[in-house]
Amino acid sequence: MKPIETDFVRGKWDKEVNVRDFIQRNYHPYDGDESFLAGATQNTKDLWAMVLDLQKKEREAGGVLDMDTKVISTITSHGPGYLDKSKETIVGFQTDKPFKRSLQPYGGIRMAEKACSDNGYEVDPEISEFFATHRKTHNAGCFDAYNPEMRACRSSHIITGLPDAYGRGRIIGDYRRVALYGIDRLIEDKEAQKASTGRVMTDDVIRLREELSEQMTALKLMKEMAASYGCDISNPATNVQEAIQAVYFGYLCAVKEQNGAAMSLGRTSTFLDIYAERDLANGTFTEEQIQEFVDHFIMKLRCVKFARTPEYNQIFAGDPVWVTESLGGVGVDGRHMVTKMSFRYLHTLTNLGPSPEPNLTVLWSTRLPENWKKYCAKMSIQTSSIQYENDDLMRVVHGDDYGIACCVSSMVIGKEMQFFGARANVAKCLLYALNGGVDEVTKKQVGPKYRPVTGDVLDYDDVMSKFIDMLEWQADVYVNTLNIIHYMHDKYCYERAEMALHDRDVKRYFATGVAGLSIVADSLSAIKYAKVEPIRDEDGVIVDFKTTGDFPKYGNDDDRVDEIAQDIVHKFMTAVRRHHTYRNGIPTTSILTITSNVTYGKATGNTPDGRKKGQPFAPGANPMHGRDTHGAVASLSSVSKLPFNDAQDGISNTFTIIPGALGKEDKVFAGDIELDLNK
Amino acid sequence: MQGRIHSLESFGTVDGPGTRFVVFVQGCPMRCAYCHNPDTWEMNGGQLMEPSYIIEQYERNRPFYANGGGLTVTGGEPLMQVDFLIDLFTLAKEKNIHTCIDTSGIAYNPNNTEWIKKLDHLMTLTDLVMLDIKHIDPEKHKDLVKQPNENILKFAAYLDEKKVDMWIRHVIVPGLTDDDKYLFELGYFIGQFSNLKALDALPYHTMGESKYEKLGMEYRLKGVPALDQKVLIEKKNVILDGIRKRRAEMKEQNS
Repeated sequence: MKPIETDFVRGKWDKEVNVRDFIQRNYHPYDGDESFLAGATQNTKDLWAMVLDLQKKEREAGGVLDMDTKVISTITSHGPGYLDKSKETIVGFQTDKPFKRSLQPYGGIRMAEKACSDNGYEVDPEISEFFATHRKTHNAGCFDAYNPEMRACRSSHIITGLPDAYGRGRIIGDYRRVALYGIDRLIEDKEAQKASTGRVMTDDVIRLREELSEQMTALKLMKEMAASYGCDISNPATNVQEAIQAVYFGYLCAVKEQNGAAMSLGRTSTFLDIYAERDLANGTFTEEQIQEFVDHFIMKLRCVKFARTPEYNQIFAGDPVWVTESLGGVGVDGRHMVTKMSFRYLHTLTNLGPSPEPNLTVLWSTRLPENWKKYCAKMSIQTSSIQYENDDLMRVVHGDDYGIACCVSSMVIGKEMQFFGARANVAKCLLYALNGGVDEVTKKQVGPKYRPVTGDVLDYDDVMSKFIDMLEWQADVYVNTLNIIHYMHDKYCYERAEMALHDRDVKRYFATGVAGLSIVADSLSAIKYAKVEPIRDEDGVIVDFKTTGDFPKYGNDDDRVDEIAQDIVHKFMTAVRRHHTYRNGIPTTSILTITSNVTYGKATGNTPDGRKKGQPFAPGANPMHGRDTHGAVASLSSVSKLPFNDAQDGISNTFTIIPGALGKEDKVFAGDIELDLNK
Repeated sequence: MQGRIHSLESFGTVDGPGTRFVVFVQGCPMRCAYCHNPDTWEMNGGQLMEPSYIIEQYERNRPFYANGGGLTVTGGEPLMQVDFLIDLFTLAKEKNIHTCIDTSGIAYNPNNTEWIKKLDHLMTLTDLVMLDIKHIDPEKHKDLVKQPNENILKFAAYLDEKKVDMWIRHVIVPGLTDDDKYLFELGYFIGQFSNLKALDALPYHTMGESKYEKLGMEYRLKGVPALDQKVLIEKKNVILDGIRKRRAEMKEQNS
């Protein structure tokens, strides 16, 4: 790679693509408080008023303001779009105007058509014809390869939310590379990577060479797209405005080409702070200007839109993009990684008001500076818009340059990616175990015809052994289905823009997921500690339960049931690990159904814990609603016992509390200071 | 010695400094009209628990309480179970746990020398007492809680003498305990104590009412509205004014 001219501290980063090295050598930890922050400029206020107006119009129009039905979205498919060119310091939209949703058929033409028709639009018939006749999609590929068992599992919802008709998402490009190196150097680097591939043309080598070529094409198009906005990103950014713009262009290319289930941003704030500090020191920009760039950047991220169907929105409870940005954390050298820019990002919640997007995620450590902790707490109370993740847990595995994709999936930026895996409904699997593979709702034989439980009272050991057998089967069909999905996604809907901002050899996590954990734990606890009598219908299928007596419930820091929950996670993961995974992905699992727990509940019959058919599952690894009776710490403690090693893709807990219950409200409590006599 | 316990709460944020593990003891001789835990009154209810069990529960989740939090015993009336508190706090102090008692002071009887001896011991194990003075006026106090306040006020002086940090809590109920005259008097009274570290003015709320219904008990404050936050701050300032006046006078005397 051509050496970089720079006044930053040199190291490895100026000779190879190594953003972490640049950050570690150049960033300044900030221990101060938020008093330096600047408010919104008039331009920011004007632009944000325009966005609010568009949001209002969009709501009035029934959820979608405009859709592209003719132009297939690529990096360069659309000309530049603006809110008000004269006021925007950071530019770029997915299409040629804000709030116009792009047409992305590579995941599946039918999904693209339906997203349009459900919202009152129609895809150009020529495009439909083209994809029906000439160009296969990811979705068509999956259904060509699925076997009947996979289809049955899919339609009975024992495996749910599979990314076989839409973009899998969960891949984070290292968008910082665009700013730090400029596109020309990145292309040069990719050329070298391609030249370094193996000489024997095995399937893997052929695929890699083709992918690297795709990536280089994407990089060239990125440059072209930026040029259409009058920006040259061939070379490294020279100031913080250019750096933010370059990072955003990189991200924008990703969302122009992928309508993914989560399109996260990474970990950009501390990187960008290095430019901001230099500009402040040189007098290039003022604090107010820098905050304006950040506000405009975040504003753009809030305007990312995708064309989706009502069913999709139901699974994900809304229309989320999951523009997750990870903030703070602690470095492996012990220095915390909070900078002024971390504050500026959170400050957008004040300047622009609260918002779920971008999903601002604080990597929490006990060793974060006190001022930052206080500011986070204050902003959480004011806006309820901040997500927290345990950095002390994840740093051990991923070091200090990882980011969160979606809500909890951690990956080292630019070096690791994930094959998103939706989830297995283990609550339903338990019912299959009781009924010998017969679905309790449809009464169809979906699972293997194992022996169902007999007798009038459920026996723990008997149920457990049958459940483990069924879990093995579930993991088997689940992993095989995902293998097909990711094979086809790579083939027909490859993420060239995001992968162009990765190393040549990435570590691929093969993600799976579990839904219904707390139901299974409580159900097994009921069977073990109370008396559970199955109630069978006229076909002999167990459809309900009569539970007598009390039993320990997950969420009360009670090892008797918490150990059951831990055991299930471990057994499930063990079953998954036994399988071949596509591209030798490293199997992980997650317990994180933050939004889809309602949908899964609808498709699952009565369960032995007393949950009724159709009732929602608890979100993620949460205890079932109202069953945690020993206060929040006990509830959190049950969740925190789940083994991270077996659920490395993340464990989520949704915690809602009224601010008053978190302590005394402002000004009510008079401690030492207010007793001062001089007042 | 075992304690008679109503319940344990693992995430207490309003009963003392920081995040606290809160023990609700069973049994209270007071009958405060606005009590929101009438289910803790009955002296013989609850379940018996070993101090070691409670400390074990605390230790399981110690990191949550580590940063300026600790253990609070409330109720019910904790000082009805002094022997249990001594055992519990002895164990707590072995583990370096911050200890706090939330009390009405009603159990305090300076003439019971044997009990005072135990109390003296307990105070050596106690980091903070939150003393809830229901009303400063003896007659009004009787009306409100069916008990005199003489010994409660003496208890404050006792804590000062023992140099145990003290927070004063005072529930402000519209029409019952919101008279500025008495609030100022309360402030003037507590202003004399050098162990006074904080004033916790608590707004009356109606969340306890449903408990009375469930227990089939009459709720004496039916129809009394919850206290407005703004009014609360005003009332708190009246108490603070009383404290300042007393302190100013004391300063003058000393100079």
